[in-house]
Amino acid sequence: MRESIWWTVSIACAVVMVLLLSLHMGIMHLAGLLNVLGLNLGDVRAFSAVVARGKNPVQMVVYVIFLAVALYHGLYGLRGILLEVTQNRRWEVTITGLLFLAGIAAFVYGTYVTVKTFTG
Amino acid sequence: MLAEDQKKVVFRIFRFNSGDGGAPRFQEYTVPVQKGMTVLDGLVYIKENLDGTIAYRSSCRMGICGSCGMIINGFPQLACQTQILHLESQVVEVRPLSNYPVIKDVVPDLSSLMRNHTAVRPYIIRLDDEKERPTREYLQSPQELEAYLQFAYCIKCGLCLAACPTVATDASFLGPQALAAAYRYIADSRDSGMEARAPILDTPHGVWRCHFAGACTEACPKGVDPALAIQLLKRALVLRTLRLARVQAPAPVAPPLAPAPRPDIPKAPEPTVALVREQKSEGVEERRS
Ligand code: HEM
Ligand code: SF4
Ligand code: FES
Repeated sequence: MRESIWWTVSIACAVVMVLLLSLHMGIMHLAGLLNVLGLNLGDVRAFSAVVARGKNPVQMVVYVIFLAVALYHGLYGLRGILLEVTQNRRWEVTITGLLFLAGIAAFVYGTYVTVKTFTG
Repeated sequence: MLAEDQKKVVFRIFRFNSGDGGAPRFQEYTVPVQKGMTVLDGLVYIKENLDGTIAYRSSCRMGICGSCGMIINGFPQLACQTQILHLESQVVEVRPLSNYPVIKDVVPDLSSLMRNHTAVRPYIIRLDDEKERPTREYLQSPQELEAYLQFAYCIKCGLCLAACPTVATDASFLGPQALAAAYRYIADSRDSGMEARAPILDTPHGVWRCHFAGACTEACPKGVDPALAIQLLKRALVLRTLRLARVQAPAPVAPPLAPAPRPDIPKAPEPTVALVREQKSEGVEERRS
């Protein structure tokens, strides 16, 4: 399999992370700046606003997307580091397989916790 | 008594012989140095006057052959291009290039460099028959030449591999020299070898192991900039995978010359019968018409 496919996905995940983190910074921490630009989101850090977001399905989906891209990017990076010190094809396949399973497990558990938090 | 413009410098040389099983050690030699003397000159002085048993590799002594790479005062450099006085140090420490096995003293075993270099097929690959049965020269514009020229200056000295932190940890990594050589041919408008080379380059120990430390570029004595070549190679491979690469036919051969007769130059005298026959057999008659 071409390595460039997995590398490109990893970079695409990093781009998604930059976009989501920019959204997070803009909405949560740069309200004053948005106000100057004529966009008033109200008191986004008030308790009622936090509770409302905690029930918003869009917010939940964004969390799960962030979980997926951060997991893929981070584990792909870790695989790169581990493959650098692996000179044996069998070990390479084993490391890739184990990281894949760890990623799936973390994603399933993280999604379960997120959905439970938003809907429970 | 040393002349006014002479000073003494201590050469601290790594000594090791892979054949005798002894431990590596450093040995010191005092060398009288004049302006203009290179580290290679210092080694030659030691071998000829102080100790004939030291081993180093050199040939052209002018930065062309790539034989004399060594770690000089901590940096990978060509001994023949390093002025002793420019080091501004009383001690010149000379070690063999890092990331290679040592054969003897400062002579490294460059087999890995050559193996990786040949693995990327560092020559023009054509799908037509032009290389085996050449008819004419290839057409290449100055802009097309610029696309790869810088990367063609590599002299296979191996300094970049000695500087590369990834080569230090990953013995299977192709390394900056081979990756830059691959890009040099992929960027060449006469080449159509991307498909042949991609299975070697687009692998876990290929181009993707480069973290862009840039140490190769800093070390290269010929201004090749292997780090740039590797990033351009990454781009070319991603575009190929995404099927966004502009597929370009390789450079064609130059059209046959058809000299137009100039009216101000008188016609040549009629050829002799024998010449006419010869020209006809070469097709000259047809081209003129
Ligand atoms: C906005 C966020 C991020 C951006 C823009 C980003 C970007 C990048 C880039 C460009 C690379 C280099 C890829 C390469 O050399 O092939 C990389 C590598 C890496 N990233 Fe991220 N990253 C981000 C967040 C993260 C996060 C949150 C993690 C951990 C969960 C992470 C873990 C890694 C690892 C482990 C590597 C591999 C490092 C290496 O090979 O030396 N990154 N990242
Ligand atoms: S790229 Fe530069 S440092 Fe590397 S082998 Fe070629 S000339 Fe030497
Ligand atoms: S002796 Fe040829 S490069 Fe130094």
